[in-house]
Amino acid sequence: MTTDSPMAEGITPEIIAEHGLNPREYAAVCDSLGGRAPSYTELGVFSVMWSEHCSYKSSRVWLAKLPTTGPQVICGPGENAGIVDIGDGQAAVFKMESHNHPSYIEPYQGAATGVGGIMRDVFTMGARPIANMNALRFGSPEHPKTRHLVSGVVSGIGGYGNCIGVPTVGGEVNFDKSYDGNILVNAMCVGLVDVDKIFYAAASGVGNPVVYVGSKTGRDGIHGATMASAEFDDDSEEKRPTVQVGDPFTEKLLLEACLELMAGDAIIGIQDMGAAGLTSSGVEMADKGGVGVELNLDLVPCREEEMTAYEMLLSESQERMLMVLTPGREDEAQKIFEKWGLDFSVIGVTTDTGHFVTRHKGEIKTDIPLDTLANNAPKYNRLYTIAAAPAKITLEEAPAPNSLKHTLLKLMGSADLCSRRWVWEQYDHMVMGDTVGRPGGDAAVVRIHGTDKSLAITTDVTPRYVAADAIEGGKQAVAETWRNLSATGATPLAITDCMNFGNPERSEIMGQFAGAIRGMAEACEALSYPVVSGNVSLYNETNGQAILPTPAIGGIGLIKDTEMRASAAIGAEGDTLLLIGPERGHLGQSLYQRDIIGTAKGAPPPVDLEEERKNGTFVRELIAAGDVSHVHDCSDGGLWVAVAEMALAANIGADISLGNQDLPAHAILFGEDQARYILSVDKAKSLEILEDARENGIEIRELGFAHGDSLHVEGGDEVKLADLRKAHESWLPDYMNTV
Amino acid sequence: MKAAVIVFPGSNCDRDVAVSLKDAMGCDADMVWHGDAEIPKTDLIVLPGGFSYGDYLRCGAMAAQSPIMKDVVTKANSGVPVLGICNGFQLLTEAGLLPGAMLRNANLKYLCKDVHLRVERNDTIFSRHYTQGDVIKIPIAHHDGNFFADAKTLAQLEDRNLIAFRYCDSGGKITDEANPNGSANNIAGIYNENGTILGLMPHPERLADIQLGGVDGKTMFSSLVETLH
Repeated sequence: MTTDSPMAEGITPEIIAEHGLNPREYAAVCDSLGGRAPSYTELGVFSVMWSEHCSYKSSRVWLAKLPTTGPQVICGPGENAGIVDIGDGQAAVFKMESHNHPSYIEPYQGAATGVGGIMRDVFTMGARPIANMNALRFGSPEHPKTRHLVSGVVSGIGGYGNCIGVPTVGGEVNFDKSYDGNILVNAMCVGLVDVDKIFYAAASGVGNPVVYVGSKTGRDGIHGATMASAEFDDDSEEKRPTVQVGDPFTEKLLLEACLELMAGDAIIGIQDMGAAGLTSSGVEMADKGGVGVELNLDLVPCREEEMTAYEMLLSESQERMLMVLTPGREDEAQKIFEKWGLDFSVIGVTTDTGHFVTRHKGEIKTDIPLDTLANNAPKYNRLYTIAAAPAKITLEEAPAPNSLKHTLLKLMGSADLCSRRWVWEQYDHMVMGDTVGRPGGDAAVVRIHGTDKSLAITTDVTPRYVAADAIEGGKQAVAETWRNLSATGATPLAITDCMNFGNPERSEIMGQFAGAIRGMAEACEALSYPVVSGNVSLYNETNGQAILPTPAIGGIGLIKDTEMRASAAIGAEGDTLLLIGPERGHLGQSLYQRDIIGTAKGAPPPVDLEEERKNGTFVRELIAAGDVSHVHDCSDGGLWVAVAEMALAANIGADISLGNQDLPAHAILFGEDQARYILSVDKAKSLEILEDARENGIEIRELGFAHGDSLHVEGGDEVKLADLRKAHESWLPDYMNTV
Repeated sequence: MKAAVIVFPGSNCDRDVAVSLKDAMGCDADMVWHGDAEIPKTDLIVLPGGFSYGDYLRCGAMAAQSPIMKDVVTKANSGVPVLGICNGFQLLTEAGLLPGAMLRNANLKYLCKDVHLRVERNDTIFSRHYTQGDVIKIPIAHHDGNFFADAKTLAQLEDRNLIAFRYCDSGGKITDEANPNGSANNIAGIYNENGTILGLMPHPERLADIQLGGVDGKTMFSSLVETLH
């Protein structure tokens, strides 16, 4: 240790380093304690509160640049989850969060507790969870661990969500070798709350009881937040004991008990014990309420004997909540938790000291100014270099394939584009009886129970675009969610972001982060589509190899009348297919280039936000008017892939023409130009729409018509739907069943 | 008509089935807590889907010991109709009201999808609005739905015509490919001797609303209401 900072007896520079604090940070810890050395327990508390995971120390300066307000926003970032108004006194509460590191070490429990944690964030606010989503990224299919990880993560997500009875309605799964040693598991939850029954985390008032409810505290997950803030190496397996173990049955009971208590007015503030457990929930609640807190750790329900203060404060045991109650209402609350068979213990009181004080067996274990823990964490303006945008590729760099037909079959049967049925059939996607748009479409659609309204929900990002050009890639991720929501007929409301990147201490990684934020901010601004919640996961590296930059975006939108929505299937035999949006044959960074030619190169497709807004609004208005009910957005894989997906969904073929004769066929069919939608409508309606679009300056053309049992393209190539379905449906089950 | 839905800790399709019952009956079902001793007077008892007691030990094993189950058994034996869906079917076998047991699905995975069922009988209070031999579409959602019984019990079920539904293909053929979980004789649901108790793994309440993609499940609720009204 190079500083002169004081050290308590038994504390060594190595112990401080193991707590993830560098010498300057340790000096700041001593400063904030008025110059004295922290005790071992206090060191543990600072370690988790100042970890990247809890403090956002590398990302805060950038996150501040995202637009977070709008007339629809009830609660933006900083609370447990974001909240947007959906009319009639109701609001949607949602957030996406990463559980990457634990899921790599122990895929079933890592993924399961990721789902459990995000649901607690939502019901902590008084909302009943109504839908779960997830964004998963695995290593190359050839990597020896990939199968095991896919299998464990998918059953973990299902195991938790199925049991608690909240439908898992969709998500995304991708494969890339950059995730070989560091998979991504991002879980999103959407809940429903009455606007006048929202609960926040602030613990206002002095002398109010602080209550612990839920499962007992064990030694699991100690230092999870610190682990999530470091890179992996070959010994990461040894961190298995830091992964928490989930119990979805207890979470179901906790959910029902909390909502039952929340129906009344006994709760002043409530916060789930997630990362950094009791420490983080106690500190955050007191800090938000501008009070102090004193906890008696002797009263914490423990499932193991002889737990130390350090262990209790840092345990990340699951399915626990901390509440501050109105004095005198303890009995009423206790009755409800006892009915559901859960622990209930008054463990402390709010104070006017502004300190986080904990006692154990008669000794004071921590006495730390709260303000310093919550707000004085180091804030870094790290060096960053945004890589220059690469040049657009020439057509010579993406030559024509030998066969268009075989190209389509290969793409539709590839790891990234094949059917995810094997995954979502393991998720209960129908429980709660409101899933009107099941997995497999552009966005999932879930009815608001007992109303005509629905919410559309989607998650998207194209990491290879972000790697090539972080700004355009960040923009594209936001725009694609907006497009997927619009394609169902929903008015996009807001997003949650889950920013997965490598080590921020490297300037090129920080440059990816900064660039992605810049692009996202631009898109959110242009589309009136603010960020209301999110999470940052850095240090996604193994042995110095970073993942592809992956700012996963979760978007939600409102459908006012569930009858007026669109599905991503062809409507009927004989329908006209219309293509809305540009045809520039952009093959740079396309799946065609990556999977057929061999390497993705050049600039990703540019995103014209004005065009996105115009085209999306046009499509949405057609759906709302009842003119169109079959729409699919055109994204990864390009035009012919989108048509193929619509055809398979309806089991009706399609004949399409090539339009722009200046471009080669493969560029038209597999180019990934943005802001595009395909509509399937009857002939008479198509003429009206064509005219309407032209009057509004929307780029549109008649693409073809729905017909027969095969896909046919102008110039000769024909693919039987049966062959296409086989290629599309068999890749994932075949892969998973290979030993 | 009055119906009672029993709510166990971990039940999660209690609201879903209550919605379908209300659509059919025009009034709310009684939601009865598992810890109660007695079910209020009712024409139908429903044991809903879910993960009662987290499916710990064995699906339905712990719920079968709940206080309310004594009254469920008494009323069932006195002829009050009982419908057990998914976890409710598992529970009926654990409580001894129906024979057999449910093993892990043959592929060892949880499965949630629409399946086709052939209606084996239409002479019960649950099935009178179906036609015998009808092929209906209803979703399954379970990890342990692989119906098992010893050879003698299976033969009795078959001989006494106690099979309610079988998994079939879209044309009504009973094939191995159409069997999603490995159930003996493609059995998806069974009756007791007098046809007053039905246990089935598929969820009729999940396709009882056209916005959800089908209404074949609704027919079961309308059959019940017409008979029990």
